[in-house]
Order: sequence, then C-alpha cells, then structure tokens
Amino acid sequence: MASFRLEKRPTPSQAWTWATPVLAVLLTMVAGGLMFAALGKNPFLAIKTIFYDPVLGEFAFYYRGQLLVKAGPLILIAIGLAMGFKAGIWNIGAEGQYIMGAIFGAGVGLAFYPTEAWYIFPLMVIAGAVGGLLWAMIPAILKVRFQTNEILVSLLLVYVAEQFLAAMSLGLLRNPEATGFPGSRNLQQFPAASNPELWAGTGIHFGVVAALIAVIFAYILLSRHLMGFHIQLAGQSPKAARFGGVNPTALVVFCMGLSGALAGLAGMFEVTGPAGQISINFNAGYGFTAIIVAFLGRLHPIGILLAGLLMALTYIGGEAAQATMQLPAAAIQAFQGMLLFFLLGVDVLSNYRIRLNREAAA
Amino acid sequence: MTDLLSLQGLTKAYPGVVANDDVSFTIAEGEIHALLGENGAGKSTLVKMIYGLVKPDSGAMQLFGAPYAPPEPRAARTSGVAMVFQHFSLFEALTVAENVGLGMEDAPPMGQLSREIREVSHAYGLPLDPRRLVGDLSAGERQRVEIVRCLLQDPKLLIMDEPTSVLTPQEVEILFATLNKLKAEGTSILYISHKLEEIRALCDGATVLRRGKVVGSCDPREKSAAELAELMVGEALTPPERAPAAHGEVVLHVAGLTSEHVDAFGTKLQNVGFEIRAGEILGIGGVAGNGQDELLSALSGETIGPEETVRIRGEAVGHLPPNARRLRGMLTAPEERLGHAAAPDMSLTENGILSGWQRQDLTRAGFLRRGAARTFAEEIIEAFDVRTPGPHVAARALSGGNLQKFVIGREILQQPDILVVNQPTWGVDAAAAAAIRQALLDLASKGAAVLVISQDLDELMEVSDNFAALNAGHLSAPRPARGLTMEQIGLMLGGAHDMDVADPAEAHHIKEIYEEGHS
Repeated sequence: MASFRLEKRPTPSQAWTWATPVLAVLLTMVAGGLMFAALGKNPFLAIKTIFYDPVLGEFAFYYRGQLLVKAGPLILIAIGLAMGFKAGIWNIGAEGQYIMGAIFGAGVGLAFYPTEAWYIFPLMVIAGAVGGLLWAMIPAILKVRFQTNEILVSLLLVYVAEQFLAAMSLGLLRNPEATGFPGSRNLQQFPAASNPELWAGTGIHFGVVAALIAVIFAYILLSRHLMGFHIQLAGQSPKAARFGGVNPTALVVFCMGLSGALAGLAGMFEVTGPAGQISINFNAGYGFTAIIVAFLGRLHPIGILLAGLLMALTYIGGEAAQATMQLPAAAIQAFQGMLLFFLLGVDVLSNYRIRLNREAAA
Repeated sequence: MTDLLSLQGLTKAYPGVVANDDVSFTIAEGEIHALLGENGAGKSTLVKMIYGLVKPDSGAMQLFGAPYAPPEPRAARTSGVAMVFQHFSLFEALTVAENVGLGMEDAPPMGQLSREIREVSHAYGLPLDPRRLVGDLSAGERQRVEIVRCLLQDPKLLIMDEPTSVLTPQEVEILFATLNKLKAEGTSILYISHKLEEIRALCDGATVLRRGKVVGSCDPREKSAAELAELMVGEALTPPERAPAAHGEVVLHVAGLTSEHVDAFGTKLQNVGFEIRAGEILGIGGVAGNGQDELLSALSGETIGPEETVRIRGEAVGHLPPNARRLRGMLTAPEERLGHAAAPDMSLTENGILSGWQRQDLTRAGFLRRGAARTFAEEIIEAFDVRTPGPHVAARALSGGNLQKFVIGREILQQPDILVVNQPTWGVDAAAAAAIRQALLDLASKGAAVLVISQDLDELMEVSDNFAALNAGHLSAPRPARGLTMEQIGLMLGGAHDMDVADPAEAHHIKEIYEEGHS
C-alpha cells in the first residue's frame, strides 16, 4: 500500500519558496474555473476578465490606474506589518492607524485652509505618520509595561478609531459650507493640501511613490542591516535573540511604531488623494486586507509588492467580472479566498518534501 | 541463562544515513547488557525499534523465542519491555501518583496506586512520596518516578537510556543497587551509556556500535576503559593536556548574586559568589535544574540585576545587557544549543553574526558585512572540525555534537577574556568532547578566565583548577580540584544543603540492606 509522507527539509528550499506563489495562482485558476463553470459561466472568459482584461484588455486604460490606486496603500501598510510579523509582533490594528493617520493629516491641512503654501503638504505627511504612530504606541506601551496582548488591543482600537472618525466627520472636521452633510471639505479642491495623480491615467500619486520607497527601504533593512537581522532573529527564536543582545522592549516599540507610521501615511495619502475627504465610511478595509497581502508576499518586501498588485488585480478584475458577466459577488470572494487557501496550502512544500511511502509487508 | 531478546540483522535507514546496519545480538535473562557507542552511532534508533517507536526496514527480533515486532510502544509494554528515557516525560504541575497513573495502560484507583508506588519504591530502594508535585522533585527523584512507573508493570526487559547523566554519585550508587536487585530477580536490563567506568562496574555483557554497525561485543569487566573507548571511537584517544601556568589577577568577580528563577519551576540563585583569576578554570558541578541556567543567564546579561553583583576586572557590570558585557570581554555559551545559543532556521553564517558581530567587526554603520561573516563562520567550521557542507546550512541541519562545536568555537574564536560555558560537551561524542575540553584548556593557558558549568564530574575533574558545587541555588565555596575524592564531591553536591537529593547516609543504608539480602 502506498501512502504519502511529509518529510522536513534540512534547509528550506529556495526554489520552492518562489515557486509556491505561482503554483498557488495556477491552482486557484483551475479550482476557480471549475467553480465558475458550475455556476454556468464560461470559466476561460471569467479568468480572462479577472486577470487579463484589467491589464491588457480593451478598457485597460481605465483599470490600470485603479490598479495602482488600490495596490499603493495595501503595499505601504503590508510592508510595515511584515516587519512586526517577522519579529513575532502582531499588529492587527493597521486599519485604525490608517484612520488616525488620515485624520491627523487632513486635520493639519484643514487648519491651514485656505492658505496656499508649499510647506503645508509636507507637514500633513508628517502629521499622518505621527497619527498612525501614536495610535500604534498604545498597544506597544501597554504590551511593554503590562504584558497585554497587542493583537487584542490593536484590534479593539480599530473600533475606537472608527468612532473617532465618525465624530470628526460630524463635528470638528465637518465642512462648514456643506449645510449639515457629514464629512470634511474636499481636499482635492485645496491644492496646497491635495495629493493629485502625478501622471494622468497611471493612478500614481505620492502614496504609490511612498509604497515603492517603503519596499526598497524594507528590503535593504531586512537583508543588509543589523536591525533587520535582529527582527528576524526575534521572530524565529526569542531566546536566541535575547542571548544575541536584542532588547525586546525596543523591538516592540520599533516594529509597532514603524507599522503604525506607514499605515498612517497610507491613510493620509488616501484622504488627500483618491478619497478626497474625511467621511464616516472613509476606511475601506485596506488595513485588514494588508494582513493578507503581507502573508501572501510571505513577509518579503518584493513578495509584498507583487502580492499587493495581485490582490488589487483580483479586486478590480472581480468587479469587472461582476459587471460584465453577472458573476455573483460571493463567487468573487470565494475566488479570492481560494487564492489565500492554496497559497498557505502549498507553502508546506518549501519546508517539507513529499515522499511516497511503500509499507514493507508486515 | 536463556535468551530473553535476540536481534537478527536489524537495519534502519533514514535519508542520507544508515542508522542501523545489520545489527544482531542477544540479551540473556537476568543480564545487564550495555549498549555502547558515540553519539550518532545508532543506539537511540536501535532501542526505539525494540520499544516499538520505529519500525525496522529489515531484520527480526525474538522475545522468549517467539517473533517480536511491536507496532507501537503499548504493544512493547504489554510484552514486558519498558523504557526509561533520558529526557523525562513528566508533568511538573501534577503529583507523582498522577504522573505514574497517566503513563499506565489501566491505572488502578489513585489510593491503591499510591500504596503500590510507596511499596515498590521502597522495595527497590528508591523512596518516593506519591503525593508530592513533580515540579518540586530533584532530577534524581524524577528519574525514580519514571523507573517506578516501569517497575509497576513488572517488566522482563528494562531499557535505560543514559540514566546516570542527571545523578549525583550517591544517587548513582542507589540506582546501581536497584538495578542489581532487579537483575537478581531475573529482569534483564539494556543499559545505554558512554560512561565506561559505570559499564565496567555494572554490566555483564556489552555490544559496541559504531556508525550503525556492531563493531564488537565483550565482557566489559574484562576490558579496560581505554580498550572500550578505542573500540567505541575506532582510534586511541589522547586525554587533554595543559601547560601549567600561574594564575593572574582576578578577572571575574561575582558576589551576592541572588536572582529570580527563569521559569516557573526553575531555581533561585541564593547569594552566589566566586572569583576567577586569569588563566584559571573554575568548574561548577551539580545536577541540572539547581540554578545552572539562572547562573548562566545572570552572567551573560540576559537577566540583569544590581550592578555590584558582577564585576569584570573591578568594573561593575551586573546591570549591563549582553552586548555591553561582550564588549568587555565576557562571552557565554548556553546549554541549549538549538533555540538559545543558535537560531535553528538561520544559517551558520547568520548564527556567527548572532553573538559575534561586535567583536568580529561584522557590521559597518549598522550594515552587515556578509562576506566577513561568512569568513568568520568558515573559520569556526575549520578550526573546530564542524562537519557540515558549508556555512550556508541552517543550524538545525547539524547534529547536536557538530552544532555544539560550532557554538563553543564561535565564542572561543572571539578571544574572550572570560568564557562561561554551560554543559559544553553534553550529547557530544567522545572525540569531539575531548577537542572541546582541549580548546577550553588552551584558552585558559593563554590567560583567559574560564567557568565550566557541567553535570559531568569526570569532565570537571579533567579540566578544572578549582571546583564548586551548585545545589538548590547555593554555590559551595570553591576548592582545589586536584585531590578531591568522589565522596567529597558527592557531599558538596548533595549532602550539604538539600535533603531531597540523596544523602550519603541513605545511600549507605540502602546499600547495606541490599548486601545483607544478597550476599
């Protein structure tokens, strides 16, 4: 009788580490295609609508810009989260830090309204980062001082931030000229505080540029710098990290602060650019989706760049497929779920190999 | 005597290595049979096959002449084969009786079980109180729990894996009395060890394994320890040598060190103090769990305390973290190789950076100098004969002994003024252990102060200038190692502070009872 057995590799396979995401996408296409076929849709057309049309199809000029607009904040947030995840520090509250960054950034900008000056936008960028950082410091300091669980505290603070966002939209930051409608002034109509598309039709704004810089910065930090080494050491083996002289308190503060600041920046670039204003439902779940992006990119900066683009593609392609093929939204969500499922499933191959087991006749 | 267990041509291969190759031998009824071999010789795989944990690829076993092929340990126990593992599988938060009950197929009610534990443990000279929490027991007492658990099932063959590695000399004496009593009752014992003197004192027959093959069998009482060692290693071993040197000034000074325990059932250090001079090796003996980990942690800087407790050349450093102490010349090598001294999934190059980046100058403005780090790892591999394809290999891929050589080599090559090592040769084969001890002696003769914490008393006697014993967090006053008798060491280790560790009177008493009964 033959059976399978998983055998741990002595050293993780480099080849499989890079091959598994490709394999996962292919498996998702096959399984998703079967699901679309079962729903009575042409599976090849559906896959083409999701993966091909937004990039190279007839209306790609519209979708392509959307792609970077969606991928930018996902990548920026995921890069920060990945640093913490690598160190074993679990910031689940990026959504809240994203909101606070947007409020701080927009608040500083609106305080200057209607002054036009070159220094306003840089100040807003700083304020956005500080807003996210301060919000992330709450779980960080509670963890360091009182050993609270950063997963719970950071997550619960998301809901506090949402309430704060609603209060700001209805109160302090409400547009005084909007006759009672909730929401702030539209920053796109306030040039000194806006974050416009830099090249028409590309979707590239300062936030996308910041995401690319973050990818490069994180890559260098992790692969070349002692801090990055200590981050990975702490995540893999906390006791060895202590022996190696890593200060756990400093590491928690650094990783929470960095991920909070990057999430805050993402929120700030979003509110001054694509969203335009602070409103009650300003946040769109980027902070949570970025967790998936971080793991999809296996916590590697380049992987996160690709995963962010892929995730944005499935969102945009998924919307297109809903519109043009009348695919149900649930089918698209299931499709996205399959992607994560297969990715985590085949991940085992980078650390284990499959062996065919022939039982000796007993 | 008739054969109890016979093995014929047992073979077991793992990817890349043949753990056992055509192993055959027999154990007679009422025989204490030694299984001798270096680490990695295949002893563990062999006993796991006998105990049903591993299935042989080929070969056969017979128990009492009938075919024996246990698919799992439970079947082995039903057939009368019991095993005491080197690492205990006990729950510290449960009582002795509860632990024993958990390991039994059909445990009797708790009251009856407690009575049986009391009876059996006293009958065999291993007194145990069934109501005590295992977390409060010494290592020797924990071993008794494991042994009593086996004895309650009335085994025909008892397998013991390195049983004396955690015992004081007095406790060893008690254990041997028990084993001899079991033998007299007709129980066979398969005794795994690399301590040759013990085997010569205890065993009737011996099978020697080297690289998975039987390379010899003999009556150990008729061979000298050196002959056995040669059989085991395949070459003659040279004992470590050192050039005698005068000791210099006091380099490491520890006073009033009292620390919190590292984990819940750890031991607090109680006002520990000693000093080491340049060129001196201080050996600290004691059974694991008596504060060794806490002492290492307090010296490495992983736990910090009042600044006056630790002084390097007069400078108070008790409050400084690990890296600051490394810069001042004090390096440490913890006992646990994987996960403490080294990160399992990181390469040897990266593990070299782990503790060596400051002194080996492996960074520039915070950026890692990968080339220099690889060179450092290669130097360690070369100088300490670490068997590995190269510095890119993950630490977990190395055998325990090879990783130990790497970890010790990493610290020694950084030319420390003070080196603290905990269990430097634990689980390391004889040749590698000799190399590590020689390296420690060389380091001291170059003028470094060396602190060796170990359970292996032979090792400590071999390398130390002075000897102190750590027991329940107390450190005895150091005494010159030369001329100390095992009796005196035993008193320092066990008798002085804590009654739970076997006291010599008890040992003698049990020995007398045993001798009266069987002479």
